[in-house]
Amino acid sequence: MAVELGVRVVRPRPGTELGVVMRSLLLLLWLGTRGSALYFHIGETEKKCFIEEIPDETMVIGNYRTQLYDKQREEYQPATPGLGMFVEVKDPEDKVILARQYGSEGRFTFTSHTPGEHQICLHSNSTKFSLFAGGMLRVHLDIQVGEHANDYAEIAAKDKLSELQLRVRQLVEQVEQIQKEQNYQRWREERFRQTSESTNQRVLWWSILQTLILVAIGVWQMRHLKSFFEAKKLV
Amino acid sequence: MQRPGSALRWAAAAGRWGCRLLVLLLLVPRPGGASEITFELPDNAKQCFYEDIAQGTKCTLEFQVITGGHYDVDCRLEDPDGKVLYKEMKKQYDSFTFTASKNGTYKFCFSNEFSTFTHKTVYFDFQVGEDPPLFPSENRVSALTQMESACVSIHEALKSVIDYQTHFRLREAQGRSRAEDLNTRVAYWSVGEALILLVVSIGQVFLLKSFFSDKRTTTTRVGS
Repeated sequence: MAVELGVRVVRPRPGTELGVVMRSLLLLLWLGTRGSALYFHIGETEKKCFIEEIPDETMVIGNYRTQLYDKQREEYQPATPGLGMFVEVKDPEDKVILARQYGSEGRFTFTSHTPGEHQICLHSNSTKFSLFAGGMLRVHLDIQVGEHANDYAEIAAKDKLSELQLRVRQLVEQVEQIQKEQNYQRWREERFRQTSESTNQRVLWWSILQTLILVAIGVWQMRHLKSFFEAKKLV
Repeated sequence: MQRPGSALRWAAAAGRWGCRLLVLLLLVPRPGGASEITFELPDNAKQCFYEDIAQGTKCTLEFQVITGGHYDVDCRLEDPDGKVLYKEMKKQYDSFTFTASKNGTYKFCFSNEFSTFTHKTVYFDFQVGEDPPLFPSENRVSALTQMESACVSIHEALKSVIDYQTHFRLREAQGRSRAEDLNTRVAYWSVGEALILLVVSIGQVFLLKSFFSDKRTTTTRVGS
């Protein structure tokens, strides 16, 4: 979500000084909307985990920003630089592929090498319990996966693409993402089918075995009791 | 409307332009975006998310429970004044579209407080406004060429393909989770029932034998 609401949306008419006014207004608007990602609250020692189920060779970019509650001003201020977040990313086999500490504002990137559920966990690294002062830490989080993670402005500048070329590039990236996902879907469906067939087999064998056990038990019971009663001279 | 004097004329023009600009800014769809997050909701827990939304923005909240228990969760969406816009209990999947009636922080919460020991995995997709444009000059005055508008429509179509793919993936994950649950339950049940059968039948025999070992009463043979 590279928001590039730049300063050239409305071209100023020649002869007016409104260019500056418009630019500052738009800049304010841009600043206002830039920081408006989704946010949630996290406790001092709490660990929040998010799951991303992605195919292989997919890039994931996460941006976060923290704010701490300031009791004196009774509002959330940007957190102190000393307060960082520890980010841990695990792949579907529970192997850690990223474990790093970032500052109060950070950006982490990883590329998946196996398809499946990747787990992204965040927790704060604060050791002084008084820092939170019984409040919560506000974390703005934005996770972009696959094609959304591309910075098209950068790609256009680097490869010197015209507008049409950039649009086509975006379409190509989207289609590649769809292709990867469909491939992953085939693998997942096969796993699902294997599980269902295994259940089917188990139920089938269990029914046969249960019948045999019942018959055997019944026969054993009768014979055992018959010999018992014959010994007791009741029969 | 034009007054004599260049300064006054300039001020009037500035005033008009200022108003037009403000109106333009309000009408221009704010670059929003979508947040797609899958998170784990432990039992008896509630997780809330907040977002600052400008007035007039069209937003959509879509959620689905992927794994856990009966695959249901409570969801609640409140506006900045605390008024409940959407509230559903024990829903598996739902989609809710609303237009923000005022500026402020909107809050939505997922609750698993009715569950005692199953934790759930919940996926939600919160779309705010339009997606950010590819270029800063997206809102320029000149029209798009035919090629460009074809690209735009392909882009929109592909976006909906990706959206359907996501929903399909979630449904498949849900189905697979149920199938794996069923598989383990069948395994445990088979072993458990075999043991119970053996224990009960052997126990029956010995219990019956114990009836006859103390007293010599003639009873009709109770076949089993």
